[in-house]
Amino acid sequence: MISAPPPLAERRGLLHSISIVLYRFPFLSVIALLLPILLWIGVIYLGSLTAMLTQGFFYLDGFTGRIVREFTLRTYQELLLQQNIDIFLRTIVMAAAVTFTCALLAFPLAYFMARFASGRTKALLYLGVMLPLWSSYLVRIYAWKLILAQEGIIGWLANALGLTGILDAILSIPGIGGPSLSFSIVGVYIVFVYIWLPYMILPINAALERVPKSVIEASGDLGARPGYTFRRIILPLAFPGVVAGSIFTFSLTLGDYIIPGVFGNSSYFIGQAVLVQQGTAGNIPLAAAMTVVPILVMGVYLLGARRLGAFDAL
Amino acid sequence: MRSEDRFINRAGIGLRAASTAVLIFLHFPILLIFLYAFNTEEAAYTFPPPGLTSDWFGVLLNRNDFWSALGLSLLVALVSTMIAIVLGTLAALAIYRSKFFGRDAISLMIILPIALPGIVTGIALRSALNLSGLNFSFWTIVIGHATFCVVTVYNNVVARLRRTNYSQVEASMDLGASIWQTFRYVILPNIATALLAGGMLSFALSFDEVIVTTFTAGQQQTLPIWIFSQLQRPRDRPVTNVAALFVVATTLIPILLAYRFTRESSET
Amino acid sequence: MDGKSVAVSLVNVRRYFGEVKAVDNVSLDVYDGEFFSMLGPSGSGKTTCLRLVAGFERASGGQILLHGTDVSGVPPYDRDVNTVFQDYALFPHMTVGDNVAYGLMIKKVPWAEREQRVVEMLELVRLSGMENRKPSQLSGGQRQRVALARALVNRPSVLLLDEPLGALDLKLRQQMQIELKNIQQQVGITFIYVTHDQEEALTMSDRLAVFNHGRIEQVGSPAEVYERPATTFVAGFVGTSNVIDASVARQIVGEAATISIRPEKIHLSAPDALVPPESYSIHGTVQDVVYLGMYTRYLVELETSPRAHLAVMQQNLETTSMDVLTIRGKRVQLIWRRDFTRTLQRTEIVEESGV
Repeated sequence: MISAPPPLAERRGLLHSISIVLYRFPFLSVIALLLPILLWIGVIYLGSLTAMLTQGFFYLDGFTGRIVREFTLRTYQELLLQQNIDIFLRTIVMAAAVTFTCALLAFPLAYFMARFASGRTKALLYLGVMLPLWSSYLVRIYAWKLILAQEGIIGWLANALGLTGILDAILSIPGIGGPSLSFSIVGVYIVFVYIWLPYMILPINAALERVPKSVIEASGDLGARPGYTFRRIILPLAFPGVVAGSIFTFSLTLGDYIIPGVFGNSSYFIGQAVLVQQGTAGNIPLAAAMTVVPILVMGVYLLGARRLGAFDAL
Repeated sequence: MRSEDRFINRAGIGLRAASTAVLIFLHFPILLIFLYAFNTEEAAYTFPPPGLTSDWFGVLLNRNDFWSALGLSLLVALVSTMIAIVLGTLAALAIYRSKFFGRDAISLMIILPIALPGIVTGIALRSALNLSGLNFSFWTIVIGHATFCVVTVYNNVVARLRRTNYSQVEASMDLGASIWQTFRYVILPNIATALLAGGMLSFALSFDEVIVTTFTAGQQQTLPIWIFSQLQRPRDRPVTNVAALFVVATTLIPILLAYRFTRESSET
Repeated sequence: MDGKSVAVSLVNVRRYFGEVKAVDNVSLDVYDGEFFSMLGPSGSGKTTCLRLVAGFERASGGQILLHGTDVSGVPPYDRDVNTVFQDYALFPHMTVGDNVAYGLMIKKVPWAEREQRVVEMLELVRLSGMENRKPSQLSGGQRQRVALARALVNRPSVLLLDEPLGALDLKLRQQMQIELKNIQQQVGITFIYVTHDQEEALTMSDRLAVFNHGRIEQVGSPAEVYERPATTFVAGFVGTSNVIDASVARQIVGEAATISIRPEKIHLSAPDALVPPESYSIHGTVQDVVYLGMYTRYLVELETSPRAHLAVMQQNLETTSMDVLTIRGKRVQLIWRRDFTRTLQRTEIVEESGV
């Protein structure tokens, strides 16, 4: 029954030789698999980031309108001008407000999906959250133009309900108001919240899904009332999900120039400022230097999030 | 005790109401687009629309700039997705079982292009193009898109590989299959639906991208850029609505398919 | 073992995972056609040893020979061995037939022959007619047979089995033990069988190796290992044993050495019973009695060294549960034949369980 063992390397050939080398030196196969991505992201992407940060050390000659490729800190110093600091603060405050509102709106739905929905309902709810996320971003922004415009739905509703006074009062708040919701910081805020909301719902839901039912039952068993269980058990366990979601809402708000462009007034956000500097102003060094702010903010944010264990909830 | 049980196992009216309100908030604007695609009035945002017509579909049909933008977007999404599939799969295969130093760094590197604000990625690529003296082309768009699309494929494939029993791979090699044969007969069938799902998401992501694309496209118009430019032209609003309807439909199909693939495989 | 050819030979094989010595200088010969078991607790290195032979792990040092050929650096797909995995590792996307045919397909065996061998093999493992099922439609026992068929169909020179019955329930496991042994005798292929279940190893094997902490403590036939354990670890792990310290042993056998005696070899006798020739005896008090139905287990505290205990196992030939319980607290004499006492090399002592 036992045949003599066949010669070990019957199937000669280049591929076979390669696979024997890979067997003997397993780290080679890891390197071979990683090489393409290392080259692509490492060289193209990180290279580009470096190129950008380097550009920040050049400057735009105000008279000739040409970029001088000479090491200088003056472009980065320009970031400290009051007008620029205003832009950064405005954007960061907006990102924080949007993040907070998203978390507030996302929690009930995420909680409902995780705790009370099952089977078909749950699947439908997931689709309900995913679909807006993946339907065209611009189209959804545009839809809000229809809603927020002076003659749009909100205006029509306010008229119909006799609430025009309240609407006007909101719009007359200095700094965030404007001629209509579709040209005001309030409008920018509403649209940001709408567009990024699914990014908050999904991670919170993922975190809540991971809370075992038995933990909640144990808390009840130990005498906690449902409200207490919610505050002391469910909320803390969902918190990493909130942080994970806030990474998206924060980062996306910092980097967007389209929503403030379409809905905002003349006060710029970081994205717009960068776009204008690199486009019409032709000041690529300043545009590059400005991006350092969102990078730093996100860097600090990601470090903090990692401490809080938010990466597990992504 | 009874009422407590009920409290725990059924959602309160407040929670139900809040959840429903959020869902309506998420979907209402999209439905609105459908309505306005039939609007008779050209320039305004008036609600309710004064009348309904299907004329704009015909108008869009004759807009060559729309069709060429659509064509460019489809092509970019296709090529970027194929690159993302190759890069993402290889990276996933390297990462999921090894515990070498720097493994987290590589995961972070792959996530970075979407974790950093879009404007950063955009201006970074623009700076690199500027410094290297390359001209804008189809490929400059694709490079940008593939960079942030990798993560969708990578995430899907890593998740699937982690659920796949590694002893299958050992069994295959034990039965005489080389590394290549094992990939083809065992690994690939196992990750096929994950690849499809990741690919679909990648396609949708690329098809919809506008922030980074603005910086890498030059004068070329992808569909989102076309829509963006349309938004600034009040006269063309109804046509834009029709185009938007079209775009939503095209992105939803791959997304629904991707959703089915991920669900199917997690059920078995 | 003269005249038998060696199928697998391990020479000073080492496998280190960082600081952990999973396999620590193991040398071993497995003969052609043998049913050989590697027995040991989890983490003792037996599975790593098997994986080294299969080629899934690479040795940190030493040599592995398959029929005399050094296979270090030869990948699994070029080794003439096949494996039955603990979790079966069936390909979920293939039918049972395709699973079994996999190795033949890779070797490009012609289709007709492939079909025929698959049918034969499924017959051997009593799964005829199941070709078109998916693994998910099978029971645990059936999957186990598919895994066996998938490996055997390639007619390897050595079949490696990694705790293949571990996931099955007791009845099924006992049935499969007999079946596996029968199949092995039918096909005549060398089996290397990894298990942590000493009973399984004793019933199935021609020979077995007892592993502990990456080393082999003893190699021998089941009877040799059971009757003549070489180390304190083997004495405790294979069956149960009374391991007696040198100080206590001096009072019994007159020699300061670690010794062992199986509980079932000891006679529980009256204090004044006559000690037969060539026997040892010692007095003690019954401290605990555990009635086990077929047997009763007594724990006896020795008179000479009050902290030492001997476990004694007596068949309930003429005693009932009532009888045995009355013995608690009584003074007794323990008597056993001298040749049942083993002098052991001191290694790890496995704590008596259930006393």
